[in-house]
Amino acid sequence: MILPHQQGGWIILASFAVAFALNSLPLPEWADRFRPDWLALALIYWSMALPHRVGIGSAWVIGLISDAARGTLLGQHALALAVVTFMSLKTHRMIRVFPLWQQAISVLMFLVIKQLLVFWINGIIGYPPQDPWYLTPAIGGMVFWPWVFVILRDLRRRFRVA
Amino acid sequence: MKIKQNESKPLFAAETAVNLRLFVFVLLSIVAMTMDHRYQHLDAVRNTLATLIFPVQYAIQLPFEAAQRLSRSLASHATLLEENERLRQKQVFINAQIQKLAALEAENRRLRMLLESSMNIKERVLIAELMKVDFDPYRHRILLNKGTFHGVHEGQPLLDQQGIIGQIIHASTFTATAILITDPNHALPVQVNRNGLRTLAVGTGNFQELVLPHIPNNDDIQVGDLLVTSGLGGRFPRGYPVATVTRVEFDPGRPFARITAQPVTELDRKREMLLIVGEPTSNHPSLAADVGIP
Repeated sequence: MILPHQQGGWIILASFAVAFALNSLPLPEWADRFRPDWLALALIYWSMALPHRVGIGSAWVIGLISDAARGTLLGQHALALAVVTFMSLKTHRMIRVFPLWQQAISVLMFLVIKQLLVFWINGIIGYPPQDPWYLTPAIGGMVFWPWVFVILRDLRRRFRVA
Repeated sequence: MKIKQNESKPLFAAETAVNLRLFVFVLLSIVAMTMDHRYQHLDAVRNTLATLIFPVQYAIQLPFEAAQRLSRSLASHATLLEENERLRQKQVFINAQIQKLAALEAENRRLRMLLESSMNIKERVLIAELMKVDFDPYRHRILLNKGTFHGVHEGQPLLDQQGIIGQIIHASTFTATAILITDPNHALPVQVNRNGLRTLAVGTGNFQELVLPHIPNNDDIQVGDLLVTSGLGGRFPRGYPVATVTRVEFDPGRPFARITAQPVTELDRKREMLLIVGEPTSNHPSLAADVGIP
């Protein structure tokens, strides 16, 4: 699968594994409300930096695994992450050159759309959201985006992931 | 100009491919969600994925377990002795109560034999521990560290030393998912312990609250009444405490009273739980499996 000019696939996989662990790490309730979807952040970064390697298919598979881990409907996060990656792929040439704070705002918008999709499906199957707290993880994502971006960029450069 | 064309053509092709791919995967998601929600076809997929991520989930909770073990091994000798003494006293007390219970059980069985109805009072149990993994916070589901490998199966009731917690809705090889009685999609057949009035207790999405939506205004129910499982429905064994009634409002303008109850056990603070092994006893097989999972 990994062609000669495509290297460092294990870095991408490792970053997703870490994101997955951060997603399921138990946190106190106040912190949990702001916990970003780390998998979505990693997907946005990789699809923006290496659109030829990480795309909608990868996002869908990762979403399916995330669904199994969270106990949600199989396909729920898969759909949401596929849509987020689609938006990131469509705009990556523009967002890539934004300053960090503008990138963070775009990421906020992607994540808000993701939360709305997930909770729209939840509402359809009989779990209407009870309070507006369901949008706060997107704010957490915006706050953490600059760090995610800088860390993953440095990793990508150091290990020459291409 | 020529170079530009060469560059832009594959880019354009990639754009349409992205659109098409999104369409395909959205369609796939919708099919998967419908199948998962309406039918049971995807249980094998879920089982495989759950087994696949089990090592990661296990790794996540290792540091928490290590910290717990460390704090236990650092506990002082005096504290341990004190705790030991307290537990011994408690055991003497409980043993005394059990003696009384044995006599009552025997008497109950004799009386039931007279009435020609059978009920199995003793059930075998399996101890399961909560895995320290965060689930979707908007559903009342928990992950347990026992799976089909240990004899867990779907529909198994889950309880602790105080009362009913929930039931298993999905069992994979090494883990099992349980739905709590407070999940908005869960209903549980109960009866009032004082007078045997039967009804359903429905979850609200709040760990401290259940509602009893089907009690007419003229029924006999009071604040403080203990609700126990009625055994109807065939999922839960009979006679386990579920909740105490906290609020009763009779509104003549409505057909049913507004009644809420608080679960007897702290659903969000439990770590060790019991799973009842074997077929739950029921005198009403025709009512089996009519409640629980939507």
